[in-house]
Amino acid sequence: MPLLEVTGLSKRFGGFVALDGIDLAINQGERVGLIGPNGSGKSTLVNCICGTLVNEAGTVRFDGEHMDGLLTHERTHRGMARSFQLPRPFVTLTVADNLRVPLLYTVNARRRHSLKPADLDARCGELLALVGLTGKAAKLPRDLTQVEMRKLELARAMAAEPKLLLADEAMAGLSQSEVDDIVSLLIRLNEGGVTIVLIEHIMRAVMRFSQRLVVLVSGKKIADGGPDSVIRDPEVERAYIGQ
Amino acid sequence: MRNGLFFLLAVAVAIAVFFGARMLNNDYVFFAGYTVLQFILLATAWNILGGYTGYVNFGSAAFFALGAYATVFFYKLYPLPIPALIVIAGIVSGIVGLGTGYLTLRLRGAFFAIATLALAVVLQTFVVNWDYVGGSRGAYIIRPTENVLTGPYIQYLFLLMLALVVLGLVCARGIERSQLGYGFATIRDDELAAEACGVPTLRLKLVATTLSGALMGMAGAPFPYYIGYLQPSSAFGLEYAVNSIAMPMIGGTTSWVGPLIGAVLLGSLQQLATVTISSAVNLLIVGLLLVGFVIVAPNGIIGLVQEHLRGKRR
Repeated sequence: MPLLEVTGLSKRFGGFVALDGIDLAINQGERVGLIGPNGSGKSTLVNCICGTLVNEAGTVRFDGEHMDGLLTHERTHRGMARSFQLPRPFVTLTVADNLRVPLLYTVNARRRHSLKPADLDARCGELLALVGLTGKAAKLPRDLTQVEMRKLELARAMAAEPKLLLADEAMAGLSQSEVDDIVSLLIRLNEGGVTIVLIEHIMRAVMRFSQRLVVLVSGKKIADGGPDSVIRDPEVERAYIGQ
Repeated sequence: MRNGLFFLLAVAVAIAVFFGARMLNNDYVFFAGYTVLQFILLATAWNILGGYTGYVNFGSAAFFALGAYATVFFYKLYPLPIPALIVIAGIVSGIVGLGTGYLTLRLRGAFFAIATLALAVVLQTFVVNWDYVGGSRGAYIIRPTENVLTGPYIQYLFLLMLALVVLGLVCARGIERSQLGYGFATIRDDELAAEACGVPTLRLKLVATTLSGALMGMAGAPFPYYIGYLQPSSAFGLEYAVNSIAMPMIGGTTSWVGPLIGAVLLGSLQQLATVTISSAVNLLIVGLLLVGFVIVAPNGIIGLVQEHLRGKRR
């Protein structure tokens, strides 16, 4: 049984069809790249899966449970996490406190409030070390660089101890070496057991990261398979690569 | 500092303030002090919703008046001691706060602020047309001259308000350093990201509107005894709405200390202006200070101090 199963998902904004009957299955432990031109519906799909947007048709099943009608935080409690296209840190909280929020509200709630303050501090330290932000714990997000902000975004999503991470353009605006840094981090997280869907425009990163590639164009899924075969698909070339 | 220790410290300071005021042997100190304390409580209560979660409430006067009119209602129905009336006013205002939160759950920013303003207008219209509590004519509350505990009754009211301020500050500080405080801060900073982190934002907003409403109502409960004659225009006065916003803004909204500093500073200044110049100057002072602080220190006095300390650490 897939970890995430999306069936016939549709979403409209007025007369504009953002998603048109999307079917998608993501298996446990997979690394999936989700690509498509601007306006193809990638972020809308992520928002519908996470519960930020309500889909008009179709269903989302996660870990065997129907997600329809559940609020975003309820889906997070069940093991779904996301990072945002533009980093959205809690600006008045320190870097460590940013991580403390999902630990308190998701992990601690899941464990029936058994985490002690010392456990929370230790877990914050581990997460900061994982993304290479040790030493920045007491800083405010505004003191971080762009790549550090992206890392904080990923660390905060990981703090919720998710089964599935939806990383929405985690590398936008980064330099080549920074992109490599983030891809390595995502692969490390996946090796730790987290299923990851990466929504990205940077093809070099997508090709290095993905075991499977899904392509959306105008709200429709036009390809789904191994990265090498998908990238040579004439329809993908025509619609996405622009040949 | 642990919450228990903070509570003991706050009680000790309150006792010192009370006996310090008694030593001055002047009833005016208690009259003026009561007003300042009332504003500390109002500002602290407003800040739980407006400062901690970022939802600006323009309807503070409505909650304050609700507390005051709850006292008038029960005074006429069955005279109860003021501490009991304060508890009842807190419950009534808390329920209205919960209802307001429930009705405005999906509203944000200016839309939420307008909705709270509408609440004040609706409640005032309701009170003006409710004869039992005096309607537009107002209601008299006969204040006893003496109290067995303190002697002059104004000292008793001052003591009650002092106790309420301790309660409000302990409550606000407790929230700030708890899981609830983290949740409120995430709502203020980014509600979408908060939900994605597992924060039940809608539930927390209801907690904030209820707590804030209850404390504002409690601030208004002893008011009819203080003023002696309560009419809608005094209970729903513009100064309550303006001051309860301006005081935390001037002091700083991210900490419990901010509203305290703002209320002491602004409240004392207003009392001084009332005696030396005119009571009409009050709102002008608030307006000028607010403009000044928005330009010089948009995060209030606390924000200014924090920036200074952060700059030193770098």
